Amino acid sequence: MKRASLFVPVSHGWRIGLGIAFFVAFVVLWWLITASGAVPPQFLASPPQTIAAAWQLFAQFNFGHDVGMTIWRVMGGFVLAAVIAVPLGIAMGAWKPVEAFFEPFVSFARYLPASAFIPLLILWVGIGESQKLAVIFIGCFFQLTLMIAMIVAGTRRDLVEAAYTLGSTESGIIRHVLLPGAAPEIAEALRQVLGLGWTYIIVAELIGASSGIGHMITDSQALMATENIISGIVIIGLVGLASDVLFKLLNRRLFAWSHL
Amino acid sequence: MSRLSIEGVGKTFPGVNGGVSTQALLPIDLAVADNDFITILGLSGCGKSTLLRLVAGLEEPTTGRILLDGLPVEGPGADRGVVFQSYTLFPWLNVRQNICFGLREKGMAAAGQREISDRFIAEIGLRGFEEHYPKQLSGGMQQRVAIARALANDPKILLLDEPFGALDNQTRVLMQELLLGIWERERKTVLFVTHDIEEAIFMASRVVVFTRRPGRIKSEVRVDLPHPRPYTIKTSPEFTALKARLTEEIRSEALAAS
Repeated sequence: MKRASLFVPVSHGWRIGLGIAFFVAFVVLWWLITASGAVPPQFLASPPQTIAAAWQLFAQFNFGHDVGMTIWRVMGGFVLAAVIAVPLGIAMGAWKPVEAFFEPFVSFARYLPASAFIPLLILWVGIGESQKLAVIFIGCFFQLTLMIAMIVAGTRRDLVEAAYTLGSTESGIIRHVLLPGAAPEIAEALRQVLGLGWTYIIVAELIGASSGIGHMITDSQALMATENIISGIVIIGLVGLASDVLFKLLNRRLFAWSHL
Repeated sequence: MSRLSIEGVGKTFPGVNGGVSTQALLPIDLAVADNDFITILGLSGCGKSTLLRLVAGLEEPTTGRILLDGLPVEGPGADRGVVFQSYTLFPWLNVRQNICFGLREKGMAAAGQREISDRFIAEIGLRGFEEHYPKQLSGGMQQRVAIARALANDPKILLLDEPFGALDNQTRVLMQELLLGIWERERKTVLFVTHDIEEAIFMASRVVVFTRRPGRIKSEVRVDLPHPRPYTIKTSPEFTALKARLTEEIRSEALAAS
């Protein structure tokens, strides 16, 4: 009989190798398209042009500052959202009246497009940092709250019952069963929502900003500098990937038991 | 005075969405003396687990009352240790931390927790596994830890709901011997629910047979086999006779239910 291939794990080395292989294939394809002349270079810069542009941006135009600003904004807005969403989500998951009170509104607010708030926010708070933080906050907060409420509501009832028979009080159950049990999934939800924050910040910076990766992209559009736009996009991807990997490593370290 | 008295306790579950309610347990009376090992034998779905959950305080009786040392049971508490059929160790705690869970909730100092957990880790034969997490243990090991976790709290009564139901037959027999050994040493009061006739006789000083649903007590059988009981006792004439009798009682219920 043919050996099964479904869900068979690959070795660590193979996993990394395959992951890199697709990146290489992607870059090669991109290179071929630009080298063939099928697309004019002013519309799509080639990989070497993009790398050169990135180098120039960092070396001459202090692009490091823009990247730093963007990271700071994402983290700021995300942390603000998390600080409120985590306790609120836990309360909603643990107490049904709290859920009944907030859930319908939060579900509604989740569908409000954060990007559409940008013009309003500019009117309200200008194009300063609070506008950026507010966009990230709106984009992340409702999503995160609902995810956490769902995770906590899914706490294994048999573990809760076991804790009661071992003498736990209600606060003991929350501190020693709900929280440790939900923590790995909450951390995973935070990781996913941080990715969402990255998409919102660029939109916010495209519309109104004097610094940041999104601001550089709008500036470059005016100059038809597609190589700068593409480097900007690639750098967003790389920074996002790095933050994702760091988050994953941290989760694996903190919650080793859930990866056994 | 009995340690546990169940007086006219019945349970009816309300119907879902206005549907028909389910009578799980007809009002029953049962007195459990100190150091007694009672097994409750019945078919699946006969209400025996419901009775255990009522004693544990995880469900409220529809009729009657339950007294533990003369005091009414109102909700779950550390004075009644429970071992469930499903694996309910806390997956984020290792073996020692699981055993210490109740002690920590009580606010016991670390040294005291360590002493007690050491004793029970030895008792269940899991020395060297203190740092293991539940996922790294076999089903039988997990249930041994669950027993130790319940006993570490020094409960007045130990309630077990088909704790070995998910284990293979060989492991099951070893676990029965282990639990019986613990009972012989610690002299706990035990209420043990099972649908396995051999298990019910082997462990018990008294077997309580339940009817099919709605459950009530059909008969009670004293088991006067000597202690300690080696597994070889299962082939003795006394054991075989008890087994034949209980098989007959359970079979008539199964026939009536089908």
